[in-house]
Amino acid sequence: MSRLRDDALRGFRDIAPAMLAAVPIALLLGALAAGKGLSPLETMVMGALVFAGGAQFAAVELWATPAPIGAIVFSTLLINARHVLMSASLVPKLAGFSAWQTALGLYFMADENWALAEKRARTHKLTPAYWFGMVMPFVTCWVATSTLGAVVGAALGDPRRFGADFAFTALFIALVAAFWKGRVTFWTVAAAGLASALTYRVIGPPWHVLAGALCGLAAAWLAAGAGVDGEPAPEARP
Amino acid sequence: MTLDPHNLLAILGMAIATYATRLAGLALGGRLQLSPRAQAAFDAIPPAVLVAVIAPSALATGWPETAAALLAALAATRLPLLGVVAVGVAAVVALRALL
Repeated sequence: MSRLRDDALRGFRDIAPAMLAAVPIALLLGALAAGKGLSPLETMVMGALVFAGGAQFAAVELWATPAPIGAIVFSTLLINARHVLMSASLVPKLAGFSAWQTALGLYFMADENWALAEKRARTHKLTPAYWFGMVMPFVTCWVATSTLGAVVGAALGDPRRFGADFAFTALFIALVAAFWKGRVTFWTVAAAGLASALTYRVIGPPWHVLAGALCGLAAAWLAAGAGVDGEPAPEARP
Repeated sequence: MTLDPHNLLAILGMAIATYATRLAGLALGGRLQLSPRAQAAFDAIPPAVLVAVIAPSALATGWPETAAALLAALAATRLPLLGVVAVGVAAVVALRALL
């Protein structure tokens, strides 16, 4: 029994810094969601069911009345596509998990707890106690603080008064910097930004997300191919 | 405390899309092999989507927003997440008052 408790406590200790760092970000998310007319209950349900910060920020930015469901789901799918690679790498390390523990465990896989689990798996067997000791407090804290942000945000009123409507744009710029990988990212950002702004002007929302994302991906593909010395593009091979 | 059915539908759609990406690793079972080029395109998905979402606000709203976005991009090379947000928001409030 004590082994179980030790592992759960270890998980909690490991996630604590990331959990605390997420508090102001969750408060901001809740306040912005309130600015778009989402109720605290809706913000809470979204946090508990989706639990993916980047995708939640993008969805709230796209939110309108009525909600453009297609654009919101599509943007969620694209932003979270990285989870496919993350879970493919994590699943072989979940050998000690039962089927339902794997299903529930993966439901709450996010960047932070995935990275910590990968780190833990290098030196220890990854146990369900460690994983849930890490994940459950993280999820609870995220849902509670984003709901609190929605309650407080609704009381503050029009977010434009404090420039809070621009908080998304600034936050996303900071997030892009976190994903920065040099030249390829530069061309991705340039192509995605221009294509999205042009599409928004000429055709209108929500098509700017699809057009921008696809042009960004195409630019990354082209830039990555041009950067590999001496390696011909795959389609150029006989 | 309301839960609009249309909003709930959007949230459920988000939840299903997200869970699908998290479960996909089970089907792949660690056998996924991407070429370096495909890997680069895959890695570019999050920044491409993030930029596509904010480009209208940053580039097609007005000069205060575009200038504030540039300042935020500069701040992003030095400051943590919330520092960048603070710089961007302060800049847009100041520039909107000026321009």
